[in-house]
Amino acid sequence: MSNAKVIPIASHALEVLDFEVVEAITLPLFASYISAGFPSPADDYLEDKIDLGKYLVQSPKSTFMMRVRGDSMKDANINEGDLLVIDKDLDPVDGQSVVCFLDGSFTVKTFRKINNKLYLYPANPAYKPIEITEDMDMRVWGVVIWIIHKPVKL
Amino acid sequence: MTTLFGLCDCNNFYASCERVFNPSLNGKPVVVLSNNDGCVIARSNEAKALGIQMGEPFFKIRNLVEHNQLYAFSSNYVLYGDMSDRVMETLSLFTPNVEVYSIDECFLDLGNFYDLDLKSYAREIKRKVWRCTGIPVSLGVAPTKALAKVANKLAKKSAKANGVLVLTEPYHIQKALEVTKIEDVWGVGRQYAKFLKNHHINTALDFTNASENWIRKHMTVVGVRLHKELRGESCLELDEVAPPKKGICTSRSFGKKLTTFNDVLEATASYAAKCARKLRNQKSCAKLVTVFVQTNPFSENDRQYYNSKTICMPVATNSDIELIHYATMALKAIFKPHYWYKKSGVIVTEIVPEHQIQFDLLDTVDREKHSNLMQVIDGLTDRFGRNKVQVAAQGVSKSWILKSDYKSPCYTTRIAELPIIYNLS
Repeated sequence: MSNAKVIPIASHALEVLDFEVVEAITLPLFASYISAGFPSPADDYLEDKIDLGKYLVQSPKSTFMMRVRGDSMKDANINEGDLLVIDKDLDPVDGQSVVCFLDGSFTVKTFRKINNKLYLYPANPAYKPIEITEDMDMRVWGVVIWIIHKPVKL
Repeated sequence: MTTLFGLCDCNNFYASCERVFNPSLNGKPVVVLSNNDGCVIARSNEAKALGIQMGEPFFKIRNLVEHNQLYAFSSNYVLYGDMSDRVMETLSLFTPNVEVYSIDECFLDLGNFYDLDLKSYAREIKRKVWRCTGIPVSLGVAPTKALAKVANKLAKKSAKANGVLVLTEPYHIQKALEVTKIEDVWGVGRQYAKFLKNHHINTALDFTNASENWIRKHMTVVGVRLHKELRGESCLELDEVAPPKKGICTSRSFGKKLTTFNDVLEATASYAAKCARKLRNQKSCAKLVTVFVQTNPFSENDRQYYNSKTICMPVATNSDIELIHYATMALKAIFKPHYWYKKSGVIVTEIVPEHQIQFDLLDTVDREKHSNLMQVIDGLTDRFGRNKVQVAAQGVSKSWILKSDYKSPCYTTRIAELPIIYNLS
């Protein structure tokens, strides 16, 4: 349905990053060089390269990405600047990180079900949990399935 | 041949796409504007209720937008295209055979599902698309394509149906045809609707009660097919693979009026390159290229001019370089100075599959070299984005590019434009 894309370079020139057909970052398992007519003994063992896109995204139709600003989930390993991979087609389970739309913007919080009441818990002692009530018109937008960030330099 | 069709279409698709990533627009009136922010091409239900018409010029509603009584967006086809792919892919979970009919409509083959509880199956389809994509859809199910269209329309209108209507019982079909106005029937244009009403055919039911001979006499074979379809006799199959297009046209209004040859050429060359890319994507070549230019017919003070020129190329081609070369020749032939041009376009016709080209004995173009070059250009375009590598004639100033002042980000396809989560509390 869409063209295969490669991870581009210049940010303003970014093209479709379509999970289903991303020629993703691939890690060769074997590098086999044909030398002067001798077949490589490794040729028989060639496998497909690892497709990170396929591994991270099982359901391309319902998977979206968002970027995080702010630190209210720092103890859940979600930090400023991180990329979140989100599946819209999952029902949230107690304890999962979910993206929801609250007071005019997206936010990510821990979904909690306690005594049949619903809460959104931040993962940062500086902030307070929110109880979800009927009149709030709060809908869970999707469930976080991956957090993507670079390693911290210590 | 299937015996049961579903027609699924997205409700106010473009407006719904904007809402997925901006839920604060839920319940608010939203419109999407045509290229160059000229006029309204999509309306949410709330915008329809405000009395905003399809095609309404933007300047007439600008006031509402500035007072936040209406939310307007430039068309963002990158976003809509990606969301459309997601919807179609979700629909493919429910049947192996689908025909993507347009960006927001899809026919489904439900022929193997007669034994199922069709109504709950249809409900499940609607629910799943909503869960996966956030796009609300309506679904009509019936024994023929034309009846599925009727069912779909009623599914949207009737509060009881609530977006899903299955028409398999003769009595229900009869009732549905009775409440469907003739002008709302699939394929009945304004002219035919007028003609039919003059003959006291006001509803789809009246139409099915007319004699086939009368229809054949007045409405050609297309009318007869529609007549059979509405009577429950299926004659339109599911086209699972879109046939290669017979003609490809790329045309846009300019972002501002242009008057110099070079500016109009830049735009026209870019359209020619777009046509060439579309040809390569469907693995075909074209023999004829037509270029047209026009001034703005709505500017009463401007002198008006419209002209077009078609060139038959020596060998059918899909190369940017060749198409731009001949499009330039055509433009030179029709371009006149001292006019304010508003629009130009390139149309390619006489399309043949790549492998069936008639070569010319005197052909001096190195076709293999062209073809390799085009492959490289397409690769670079896929990788680095549009217009990073192009034929020089396409220009770099791009003064003719369209206005899109109200465009939303490409939320789903560009890493730099992903939605932002605010974890500030």
